[in-house]
Amino acid sequence: MLAGLGGDAAAYRTLLDRLSRHLRAYFNRRLSRAGRSGSEAEDLVQETLLAIHTSRHTYDPSEPLTPWAHAIARYKLIDYFRRTRAIGAQVPLEESAAIVAENDDQAGAESSLDLDTLLGQLPDKMQRAIRCVKIEGLSVAEAAQRCGMSESAVKVNVHRGLKALSRAVAGRSQA
Amino acid sequence: VKTDKLIEMLSTGVEPIDRRGPSRMLAVAAAMSVIAALGLMLLALRTRQDLVHAAAWPSLVLKVLFAGLLIVLAMTALGKVVRPGGEAKTSLAVLGLPFAAVMLLAIGALAVSPSSHWRAMVLGSQWLECLISIPLIAVVPFALITCAVRQAAPTNLARAGGLVGLAAGSMSAVGYAFHCTDDTIPFVALWYGGTIALCTLAGVKLGPRLLRW
Repeated sequence: MLAGLGGDAAAYRTLLDRLSRHLRAYFNRRLSRAGRSGSEAEDLVQETLLAIHTSRHTYDPSEPLTPWAHAIARYKLIDYFRRTRAIGAQVPLEESAAIVAENDDQAGAESSLDLDTLLGQLPDKMQRAIRCVKIEGLSVAEAAQRCGMSESAVKVNVHRGLKALSRAVAGRSQA
Repeated sequence: VKTDKLIEMLSTGVEPIDRRGPSRMLAVAAAMSVIAALGLMLLALRTRQDLVHAAAWPSLVLKVLFAGLLIVLAMTALGKVVRPGGEAKTSLAVLGLPFAAVMLLAIGALAVSPSSHWRAMVLGSQWLECLISIPLIAVVPFALITCAVRQAAPTNLARAGGLVGLAAGSMSAVGYAFHCTDDTIPFVALWYGGTIALCTLAGVKLGPRLLRW
């Protein structure tokens, strides 16, 4: 996590990958206990990954990572139950260690989220910045040139765009 | 979308992050809020006329100490609560201590006074102004601190909102203290304590709506 927070893409990728497996097991178990289908789990995995990414600055490196990630997962699960109106859904505060004890590796698991559509709803500048940097993999400098923005504007737009994306994912499926 | 693809996207071109960001945002918001509360008091109410006389100071110091302590406690707790899972690391009991202390002082002050003075000591001359001004001035600090908290990721929204309300109410009380000429301890306990508690309650109610992410 520390290397990932420092900007090491490979380390960060490994971290998200490992977290996603724990998250998948966690949400599958919780949803099946609530009588929900497993397909919702992958939506939640992705929503939580986005949330972990956009709030990674709130991780205190002097603390263990697991309780922090667990708190986000639990928050997203409660929020999900609330907005899908599952009245009486109880999410116990289990030991956060439980989340790492589980592992569910479904390579290439797919969610019902349509990232492209959600991305399309963002303001133009954010869209372009995210496409250049996060999808095409350009450096900030290259993206800045391509989009005709300053480098700091690219960074700000990527950051704000991902936050907006995370909000859009959390705001969807109100029914 | 495949989860692999999302992870790929998130980890591409990932920027180093400023880990002291949330704390710094809160500190800046708190400083701006105190200035805003003082500024609003100056604009709308003016400072009390007898500020130059030493007799006005003991009561002012008591009010500022009471509200200032609450600001420090609320902002410290908020610094933890804005991080996911941080609510488990904070104790709310300590927030009640300043209220309990000022209540005890108030009871003591009433006990040594004849009961014919009680009414004047508790109601003062401007209790209504106090009741209205503190929550009203608190709106600006509340908005400023809410903005800072929204940059972070609290996982207990009611608690985070309550702490925002507590801090905002206390900041407002510090500002109002420079205007207020009701100097008895029972007045401070009831009307300062009460309005700050009211702001806290409003924060608890608004938190889940304003701070959701």
